Amino acid sequence: MSYLTSDFMIRALIGALLVGVTAPAIGVYLVQRKMALIGDGIGHVALFGVAVGFLFGTSPVLTATLVSALGAIAIELVRERTRTSGDIALAIMFYGGIAGGVVLIYQTSQGTNATLTSYLFGSLLGTTSADLVVMGALSAFVLSVALIGRPWLFAVCQDEEHAKVSGLPVRFLNLLLAVTAAVTVTVAMRAVGLLLVSALMVIPVATAQQFTRSFTATLFTGMAIGVAVSAIGVIVSAEVDTPPGGFIVVVAVVLFAVVATVAGLLRSRKPAPLPEAPEPPDVVLHQVT
Amino acid sequence: MLVILETAGVTVGYDGRPVLRDISLGVAPGEVVALLGANGSGKSTLVKAIVGLTPAASGSIRLFGEPLGRLRNRSRIGYVPQRIGVSSGVPATVREVVAAGRLARRGFLRPGGKAGKLAIDSALVAVGLAGMSHRPVSSLSGGQQQRTLIARALAGQPELLIMDEPTAGVDAASQAALAAALRQFSGNGGTVIVVLHELGPLAPLISRTVVLHGGQIVHDGPPLPPAAGHDCPEHVHIHPHAPAAEPARWEL
Repeated sequence: MSYLTSDFMIRALIGALLVGVTAPAIGVYLVQRKMALIGDGIGHVALFGVAVGFLFGTSPVLTATLVSALGAIAIELVRERTRTSGDIALAIMFYGGIAGGVVLIYQTSQGTNATLTSYLFGSLLGTTSADLVVMGALSAFVLSVALIGRPWLFAVCQDEEHAKVSGLPVRFLNLLLAVTAAVTVTVAMRAVGLLLVSALMVIPVATAQQFTRSFTATLFTGMAIGVAVSAIGVIVSAEVDTPPGGFIVVVAVVLFAVVATVAGLLRSRKPAPLPEAPEPPDVVLHQVT
Repeated sequence: MLVILETAGVTVGYDGRPVLRDISLGVAPGEVVALLGANGSGKSTLVKAIVGLTPAASGSIRLFGEPLGRLRNRSRIGYVPQRIGVSSGVPATVREVVAAGRLARRGFLRPGGKAGKLAIDSALVAVGLAGMSHRPVSSLSGGQQQRTLIARALAGQPELLIMDEPTAGVDAASQAALAAALRQFSGNGGTVIVVLHELGPLAPLISRTVVLHGGQIVHDGPPLPPAAGHDCPEHVHIHPHAPAAEPARWEL
């Protein structure tokens, strides 16, 4: 087990824990709004940002943050304008982003399959100290938005129209949520990769809500589950010599399956309580003879 | 005297099709106004225009003497939307949903404070849900979910309560709790505008009815008594719409 104390393992573990705690913290709002897959779309767009970074010789994390933030704002504007028929516009943006990213990356000197794989599926073991500083700063931003803004973000995601009537800055909050989700994607990019980011935003929350009753409990339990699966994923993947990114997500999925099964068994064991008073029918028909 | 709500010549249309035409309506403090009308008469649209969710194509809407867009203190309005989508993707307790109604008064990024907590508590008591405040909203009956939305509106301690069909599909216990909460709100000087399908259990509280038909106001005044005999419990409401005939058979 001596490798566990090696520098690269410790850095990998810290990176995984940062992602584990931040992704569900913002993911809970996306799940509440029934937009669980939006993180996946932002991840696709972020690859284009990575390619832009390579092209101009700047930090790919920086350009990925900028491009995915712009993408997230565009997604939010499409959502605000179109309500239901935005899927096509979003699909064009997501696949345009990832295809553009792939094409562009191969035009640069870093254009190898190894680079591409490291961004698509993560490369935790290659995390440097400088990476950790950037990830730590971005995580601090995401966590402060998710925790300090909780009452307002909850209100907007729960009932947007009511929030509007209450005079809350609905548009600002929606854009803040979109940009924060984009930042989360770039934080998680190193750890689990752009294609698996959304898993850590959604699965810990979905696991938590199998047994939680309140939003606050779901938020914090989701964060705890995110931390647990990230730590377990990194340590066990080292043991079985497998890349940690995918392994973390597999651990999350297995935990979800176990918790959902147990919760389902517990629910089916105690009979559902009868409603206190039956709802009256809207219309009563009398037979006319 | 201050007028709580004043609309002048309000016209609202969806896709160029007018839904409300030339609505002029004034509501004074303390009134309990029922908006009545058939489905599609425009009563829900009128409510959405009043709270600013549906833009008016022409005309003016003033709340508390100020144009709608310039009303700074939104906590003066308590809005109770139709009961759809109360439960969202993540579980939330009754108290969490009700607390969202306090934010209008709380100010952005300000702490809630003791007054906020007390207001949330008394809103829960007013609708008779104090004992259920930690239950997830999704586990409640439709009537209890409706009461949760009313408590959310009351938590902001509004002066005007605007409700869209609060009694639709609500059980008897919840209808009684709703009537009690409204009586208390109105007794403290609050003004109420409520969209209803029928006056039902709220009838004794209503001071004025406005009836919409085809997007226009066709009656505005004290509640009309039902036609003779129509309100007695044994009344069977049958219209001889068409001569009785054998039901048509459908064939390919």
